[in-house]
This record gives sequence, C-alpha cells and structure tokens, in this order.
Amino acid sequence: MSLRLSTIFGVLGSVIAGAVLGLSGAAWANDIGQVKTVKGGVTVERAGKREAAPVGFKVRATDVVRTTADGTVGITMTDNSLLSAGPNSELVLERYAFDTTTHAGRFDSTLNKGTLAVVSGKIAKQSPDAMTVKTPSAILGVRGTQFVVSAAATDAN
Amino acid sequence: MIVVVAAVVVIAAIVANQEAPPPPPPPPKPVDTVVLLPEADGRPTAVIVTPLKGGAAITLDQPLAAARAGDSGVAGVTLTPDQIQQRFGAALSAQPPKPLAFRLYFVEGKEELTDESKREVEAVMADIGRRPAPEVIVVGHTDTMGANALNDALSLKRAGVIREQLIKRGIAAGSIDAQGRGERELLVPTADNVAEAKNRRVEITVR
Repeated sequence: MSLRLSTIFGVLGSVIAGAVLGLSGAAWANDIGQVKTVKGGVTVERAGKREAAPVGFKVRATDVVRTTADGTVGITMTDNSLLSAGPNSELVLERYAFDTTTHAGRFDSTLNKGTLAVVSGKIAKQSPDAMTVKTPSAILGVRGTQFVVSAAATDAN
Repeated sequence: MIVVVAAVVVIAAIVANQEAPPPPPPPPKPVDTVVLLPEADGRPTAVIVTPLKGGAAITLDQPLAAARAGDSGVAGVTLTPDQIQQRFGAALSAQPPKPLAFRLYFVEGKEELTDESKREVEAVMADIGRRPAPEVIVVGHTDTMGANALNDALSLKRAGVIREQLIKRGIAAGSIDAQGRGERELLVPTADNVAEAKNRRVEITVR
C-alpha cells in the first residue's frame, strides 16, 4: 500500500514538476531550433507563407528554409545539432521530436538542392537511427557527427 | 542556266546543313555528394548512404570518405580538399558556433555557489556575449542527501537562482530555460544520503 501511495505521489510530483518546468521554459515547445547566422537572402516557408529569416528566427517542424544565390544560413537545433546551408539551397525540416530528459527523438530533413553542412546533436548520439538527411537520390543515416552533403548538382566535380 | 545551277547548289547546301545538325550534348545528370568530415577528437563516426532508386548502401566511416548518388545508385568517390572547400566552403563557414557546457558547484544544502564557481559565471557571461542570438539552458542537480522530492525542488531552485543572476546581468529572460533534475543524474555515482560536492551543481549549456 505504501509503495502504491508513494508511486502515486511520485507521479503527481512529476506532473507538478513538469508544470513548473513548463512555466519556466523559455521557448515554445513548437520551436525546434534557432537561426544563428545569416548572409544574403534567407527565407523560411511555413504553412504556405514565406518570410525573411533573420538571426534569432525560431524554426519549426515542416519549415522550408531557402537561401538565395548569395545566401547562407546557420541553424542550431534544440538537441544541439548544427545545420548550415550554402547558396541556392532548399532544406525541409520535415520531422523533429526531442525529449530533453531522455534525449530520445527523431530528426528527418531533406536537402532538395544546394549544400548542407551537419554536426549532429543529442538525438543522433542517443539513438543512431534517429537522424536522417534525404537528398533527391539518397537517404543518409547519421551515425557520427560531422559531414557535408550537396544535392542535385550538375557541375563537374 | 547558271542561275538555276547556283540555286540548286545553294538549296543542296541548305538541305545538307539541315540533314546534319550538330548533336546536342546530353544534359548532365544531377548527382548528390556526401563527404564525411573528420572528428576533432578522432572519435569513430559514420554516415550510411542508401540509394533511393535501388542498389546497395555505402557506409562512409573514414575521414573524408565520400560518395556520389544518382539515378544509377551510390558509388564511392574521392574528393580533394580543394574540391571539398570549393563545393562546401560557404555552407561550412555559415556553421553556428558550437554549443558550450559549463558546470557550477554549490555549497552543501544551499543555493549559494562556491567561490570558484562564482568566478566561472564570468566565463559563462563572456561566452554568451560572443554568440549571435544566444540561448542558455540551466539544469540544476543535487547530491543524494535528503528526500527525492526535496532534491527535485532544490535542483530547480538552484537552476532558478542562476537564471535570476543571468537576468540581473542583462541576459534576456526569454532566452534562458531553467530545469531541475534532482538527484537523477549524479556526476559522481554514490549511494543514497551521501554528501558529494561534485553532484551539487548546475550545468549550463550556452548555444
């Protein structure tokens, strides 16, 4: 009985703690990352609307990030993954979930065109199959941390 | 007569020209290129490249190992450092600064920092000042002295104390997240009810 009671109190306690943590939380749960570097033209398309994405802009799942011919952008995700795109790039942040307590999560993005540099974060570290980057011809399973990828290039090298 | 012959020659030349148009060059096929970059500390690392249009996957697990993917599958390729720089230099130079972690220690049972950790706060402030759109995540921890529930509260209080200090020093409240983890993540594993200075801490990530 006392065990059961303590379990109930434990659950109650974590619910209350969760509520308190929620109140002290700085970011909306929907925000999955923040733009940290911008050069040239950078836009984010969300629900069909495209807007400029300056430093400090908070990205969300399903956002489409685009750079112009002179544009580059760097984004830090909430799991500490770093994504940065070169000029003429289109990156879709398709799916993202991250549990700050267990570090379990899922991060799937697609580079339709352009170039992308990736340093993976806590999601990939916690479970090696949890992070992927798709290109028009391949899907990359991220086991380690740092790589670069270009999509749909027709130039020589 | 001469005019007719000349006309025939001209027409023949035009017909000949039309019959042998220069073949258009085949459009280059778009390909995707992946390069695994070396880890700073030489830790093992890998990216598995699986073709979407059939064929075998390739595992890149050596520094600067590269693969190219297109309609005909995935193949390993070699890129020179110059080629990597030329293609990926812009993306690499746009990389945000790496997140950095700091540890601050507390006096036993209190929300007060040790003297050494008070100085470490200066390093945290300096790092925040160097970053574009800085975010600060403050996570409080306790040692195993006392009840779990009390430690949950104490750890959150410790995180809150640090958060307030940073706000007082001008960091935007909306950019600081405070969380408490109680005695769940011991830095030094101990039995229950053991005072351990290294476990009474706040871990700060600045990114």
